[in-house]
Amino acid sequence: MSKILVALKRVVDANIRVRVKPDGSGVATEGVKMSINPFDEIALEEALRIKEKGAAAEVVVASVGPDDAQQQLRTGLAMGADRAIHVRADQPIEPLAVARVLLKLIEREQPKIVLLGKQAIDDDNNQTGQMLAALWNRPQATFASKVELSGDTARVSREVDTGLETIEIDLPAVITTDLRLNEPRYVKLPEIMKAKKKPLETLALDELGVDITPQFKVLNYAPPPARQKGIMVKDVAELVATLKQRGLL
Amino acid sequence: MTKVLVIAEHANGKLNPATAKCVTCASQIEGAEIHVAVLAADATEVAAQAAQLTGVARVLKIEHSANAEPLAAVLAPQIVAIAGEYTHLLGPSTTFGKDLMPRVAALLGVGQISDIMAVEGPYRFRRPIYAGNAIVTVEAASDRKLVGTVRTASFQATANDGHAEIVAVESTAELPTHTRFVERSAAATGRPDLQTAARVVSGGRALGSAEGFQAIYRLADKLGAAVGASRAAVDAGYVPNDLQVGQTGKIIAPELYIAVGISGAIQHLTGIKDARTIVAINKDPEAPIFEVADVGLVGDLFEILPELERQLG
Ligand SMILES: Cc1cc2nc3c(=O)[nH]c(=O)nc-3n(C[C@H](O)[C@H](O)[C@H](O)COP(=O)(O)OP(=O)(O)OC[C@H]3O[C@@H](n4cnc5c(N)ncnc54)[C@H](O)[C@@H]3O)c2cc1C
Repeated sequence: MSKILVALKRVVDANIRVRVKPDGSGVATEGVKMSINPFDEIALEEALRIKEKGAAAEVVVASVGPDDAQQQLRTGLAMGADRAIHVRADQPIEPLAVARVLLKLIEREQPKIVLLGKQAIDDDNNQTGQMLAALWNRPQATFASKVELSGDTARVSREVDTGLETIEIDLPAVITTDLRLNEPRYVKLPEIMKAKKKPLETLALDELGVDITPQFKVLNYAPPPARQKGIMVKDVAELVATLKQRGLL
Repeated sequence: MTKVLVIAEHANGKLNPATAKCVTCASQIEGAEIHVAVLAADATEVAAQAAQLTGVARVLKIEHSANAEPLAAVLAPQIVAIAGEYTHLLGPSTTFGKDLMPRVAALLGVGQISDIMAVEGPYRFRRPIYAGNAIVTVEAASDRKLVGTVRTASFQATANDGHAEIVAVESTAELPTHTRFVERSAAATGRPDLQTAARVVSGGRALGSAEGFQAIYRLADKLGAAVGASRAAVDAGYVPNDLQVGQTGKIIAPELYIAVGISGAIQHLTGIKDARTIVAINKDPEAPIFEVADVGLVGDLFEILPELERQLG
């Protein structure tokens, strides 16, 4: 029976407002709450639902990142993944390199579906799934809001600018998730305890023989330009008058 | 020699305005010769429109029956097949470009710069990260092709007084059949397009229901505005997904943005940062939306909206 591989990224929690360090060398992430990238959590939830419906035998979560990424893998195991693979990378790693690492894991694991979030909320790149599908020479169904499997194909509804688009893809394939695909389950305490006993394997990047040399250099981090302080109006009449005066109505 | 290939986005024989914005971005790359690629089953009309975009030197028509729908897996190898002479390949940061360009980049063995908001040099660009909480300046090596997506809200559309030559290019790449188009829900609302409208009225969770949201549509129609929404309003099913504004929805830059019953979460604000004027209507004076609003009105939207409609006549 088939396997689903889910990629998880450790990111600054979505509720935290990140700030640029005063010297422009990066964003301040020391001591802030870290979580599974919310889109990846949705990807994992979808994989678990597919397994629970009997359409997959095993869900494997993988993360490329520092040792601390094992916390997010443990959370993934507590949600219900069967096993975890941590590919240790201490330096920041670009989406193309992550895709190359994931391709190595695909070669080892032979999954039927690879599920990932459509973007990570730190770098907001929205690249890894598409790049992986290209390198693997397989279909991609990005921004999924509904996934229906039947045998060796999947029908995926995608959230696109004009609404919803449905495509049919042959498996194996890469699917990236949008926000409305599902609502991830809450993890219960007993599951966290159980997850400690589930297998978590660690691989070194050089074991995989992947070139992760960065192609881009970040020269500077800057805070976004601030907007000018606005005014408060007391009622609708003043609102309409203000907008008219500014030539907006 | 710097040569930029812009991948055109189009539907139903019409060039998407995002392409004219990509051309503006491309024209800010010093010394660039700009070509536009139109991949379609029949590219005639779209190529003619692209040829008028100011700054474009050549339009490449790549016609194939498999190009009837924009499937990334089908389009990418055809773009790679003609990429040879180009130093830069750009697409819009719309769902079309976001789907397609990383696939092109990976096939070319290069990374991608997503959401380019400013050009600082041929290989140096600015882009937002962390939902726009930080702006990074990124530099790429000049001995590799640069693939990027263009944050369309950051660029004005180029003008329409060009006369580029149109050249047909044969599609020789081997095309996969593993990805098939099924259908697209066409939300033909008759209202202005959210991504290009000069005025946008957006509603949030506070509208309470699809019926409640009708008040937003009525105000929008009064103003000739497009309708937008927060994620919470979309998740709750008040409106369809294509109205979502924000980090993971649409990034827009209207002249006037009216946010009604929207708290102003960072993920929402990143979608409206480039709006010229932001008006916020919210009953909570502490709502973060007021930190970015140019004009704020504290009060109950269910009283304010009918009154606003009345006063607008
Ligand atoms: C990964 C991720 C991605 C996200 N992407 C997006 C995105 O792209 N776009 C987006 O919008 N959000 C996004 N969000 C969600 C975002 O964090 C907020 O949850 C969402 O924007 C809140 O929507 P809201 O302002 O409508 O609802 P709420 O935050 O619930 O705000 C409702 C507001 O209405 C006001 N209100 C209530 N009743 C009335 C009344 N009668 N009259 C006037 N005002 C009233 C309240 O004071 C409140 O400020 C994302 C979140 C995550 C985690």
